[in-house]
Amino acid sequence: MTVAPPILQCRGLGKRFAGVHALRGVDLDIRSGEVVAVVGANGAGKSTLMKILAGVLPQDSGEVLLAGNPIRFAGVRDAVRAGIALVHQELHLADNVDVAGNIFLGREPHRFGFLDRQAMHSQAREWMSRVGLELSPSTDVSTLSIGHRQMVEIAKALSLRAKVLILDEPTSSLSMGETTRLLALIRALAEQGVAVVYITHRLNEVLLCADRAVVLRDGARVAEFSREQLTRERLVHAMVGTIHEQHARGDRESRSGSTTRLLVRDLKTQAHPEATIDFSIRRGEIVGLAGLVGSGRTEILQSIFGIDKRIAGEVVLDGRLVASNDPAAAAQRGIAMVPEDRQRDGLMLEDSVRLNASIIRISRESVFGFIRGGLERAGVARMVGLMRIHPATPERPVGLFSGGNQQKVVLAKWLSTEPSVLLLDEPSRGVDVGARAEIHSLIRQASDRGAAVLCAISDTEELLLLCDRIIVMRMGRIEGEMDVAEATEESITRLAIVGSVEFAA
Amino acid sequence: MKKSIGIAIILLAIVIATAILSPNFLSAYNLENLLRRTALFGILSIGVGFVILTAGIDLSIGGVVCLAGILTPYLLTQMGWTPTETIGAILLMSLAIGILQGSLVAYGRIQPFLVTLCGLLIFRGVARGITMDQTQGFQGKFAGIRWIGNGRIPLPGVDGFAIPAPVLSLVIIAVLAMVFLNRTVWGRWMKAVGRSPNAARYSGVPVARLQILAYTICSLLAGFGGLLFVCDVGSAQPSDFGNFYELYAIAAAVLGGYRLSGGEGSVVGVVIGAAVMQVLRNAIVLVPWLPDTAEFAVIGLVILIGVLSDELLRRFAASRARTQAKGV
Repeated sequence: MTVAPPILQCRGLGKRFAGVHALRGVDLDIRSGEVVAVVGANGAGKSTLMKILAGVLPQDSGEVLLAGNPIRFAGVRDAVRAGIALVHQELHLADNVDVAGNIFLGREPHRFGFLDRQAMHSQAREWMSRVGLELSPSTDVSTLSIGHRQMVEIAKALSLRAKVLILDEPTSSLSMGETTRLLALIRALAEQGVAVVYITHRLNEVLLCADRAVVLRDGARVAEFSREQLTRERLVHAMVGTIHEQHARGDRESRSGSTTRLLVRDLKTQAHPEATIDFSIRRGEIVGLAGLVGSGRTEILQSIFGIDKRIAGEVVLDGRLVASNDPAAAAQRGIAMVPEDRQRDGLMLEDSVRLNASIIRISRESVFGFIRGGLERAGVARMVGLMRIHPATPERPVGLFSGGNQQKVVLAKWLSTEPSVLLLDEPSRGVDVGARAEIHSLIRQASDRGAAVLCAISDTEELLLLCDRIIVMRMGRIEGEMDVAEATEESITRLAIVGSVEFAA
Repeated sequence: MKKSIGIAIILLAIVIATAILSPNFLSAYNLENLLRRTALFGILSIGVGFVILTAGIDLSIGGVVCLAGILTPYLLTQMGWTPTETIGAILLMSLAIGILQGSLVAYGRIQPFLVTLCGLLIFRGVARGITMDQTQGFQGKFAGIRWIGNGRIPLPGVDGFAIPAPVLSLVIIAVLAMVFLNRTVWGRWMKAVGRSPNAARYSGVPVARLQILAYTICSLLAGFGGLLFVCDVGSAQPSDFGNFYELYAIAAAVLGGYRLSGGEGSVVGVVIGAAVMQVLRNAIVLVPWLPDTAEFAVIGLVILIGVLSDELLRRFAASRARTQAKGV
């Protein structure tokens, strides 16, 4: 079998942070026209590996070969010049600049020192059409969905003549439709000869679109599967060492007999003022909100908690109304909110785990407004142990932790107050399989203590795994509701995309 | 505490330099005076520190100082109010100013820079209007109330040097501020608001109320400060009393380790920062070859150097922490 020579190779790459091995002797070959999936739990070393390849970090040992020649990147610009582009998990677009401006940021076409807007837009249109982005180049980036922003990032990378495109968890915040489009784009780019390295937690996507999958665990390469060898079980087994994902589903008691805890009546949100939302959640019930991005799920969570003003309607908790547009009052009533963007809305990244995790609880156990330091430290230590936050260092700034552990800190903040209602927006976004299972188990424990749980989740597989009942949203309305026993991935997706009305052609 | 070491070193350096350059600097009279000015400006600086902590700014301090400063003698002498009534009225007025400005920022969503800039102009304008621009003085009376500003607390066995009375106020205010910031839920939440207003809101922290509280504390201390200032100097001219005081206060807070982007700062640092400002002003007057007219230029330059070296020190500490962590 003759194969193209690898465009990018790693030989025995090693990296240490604070004495801990982040990578130990990793080998990786990347060939043009191939989609390589790199999978692994949080802290397995995926991001470190990609950062070395993209010139963000230097390696401590081992070498990187570009088309067979050893190379050492002095920085990101070096790597970009060599044709390697990294699209980050958190997107880095300038919000106040249009699409064309973002694609050519820092290297705008110019004539006589003046910006050549026409040339920039026509060139931008070319790159945008290559990624299937049907928009005007003068569209403001701030108005774009996350899916579209991702496309802009990829168009930007392609315009830099990228031969190797590294995507770090590109689908973690995309809707089902957007994910499908992105995967199709990845295949198309590979056929055009681009080497695509794809980091993800979503095994379905690996099975769908990877030519090869490399599994990292604890900084070492533990397995590699060709397309023919790829199965879900093999991947999970290699990632976590032992299979422990599918669990706990069967042994949940039915909540159909318990009393109503949260009631949402005639709710109209600002994003979808034409739609009226009605539903209720029983004590101990976990209800999932399914739907495409923009279907109004986040807005429902935010208007219950009071981040957004409700246009009409009421929220009733245990028979008493919850004030509109007052998160402090909602929190006082025992409503907890885990936002989608934990870095922006969930955490004070520069502050320690202790300060983040105790922010609400300190007020519950205070005496005349004074913090009880001993109780605070003990409470945080207990939560860190209970939730297996790793490393178990309460005084370390939370920004230094991995995504899964950061999410556990957000959960710890609320679960330590034993909430009556738990609202979660994409609770396992950017979190690995192991941490996801732990987060699910924590959510179930909260529901077992009587909390009414409402979570917006894009991943249908995860919805079926976690929830007792699923509400499907479409264009701001509730399109349907089903018990998890009768729901399937297909029935949810169909409802979310085409709705309950079948149109005759 | 650690963060205040940098500014403490700067203070020490300036003190030593000035002591060498001017023999009068270490005289009991001068030191006592210096301590008095530091205490007065320290109170204003602690106040603005609360606002800066929430990532806000208060430019109206000079206006509030002026209004409180001219109203104190005006109410006592022209209106015939008792000292208790006067102090009560000044504090109530400052409280109202703070609540008003804080509400405009928190609920009205107007930039704090604009709200308090307008406040600065309005309060001085009101002060000049009330008095028709006439200088207000105590007319040699009211020594009792004036003690809080110009009083001296003698030290047993020490002649020629006494603790200035405003130091007492400063110590009480500083201790209360430290307890509030470090030991209470509201203090913790105020820092959280500055660190990340979004995260605070999503945690059910009453962000608006804490912002209003910060502006209220700031105006209250500015009003109290104005009262002390006028009691110290004895008279106030509406057109220039308290001029630039907001900038001295903000500069002291920044020197003391407060970040204008919010979330960080310590009371000890801000008091040392206020001291640096006063020693500098003192040095310009005392050191013979430094022209008095260059006061602002020198102060501006020193603040710039201070902030810059603090930043460098911070980076050095961060990189050392990283290498140390690696070595383990």
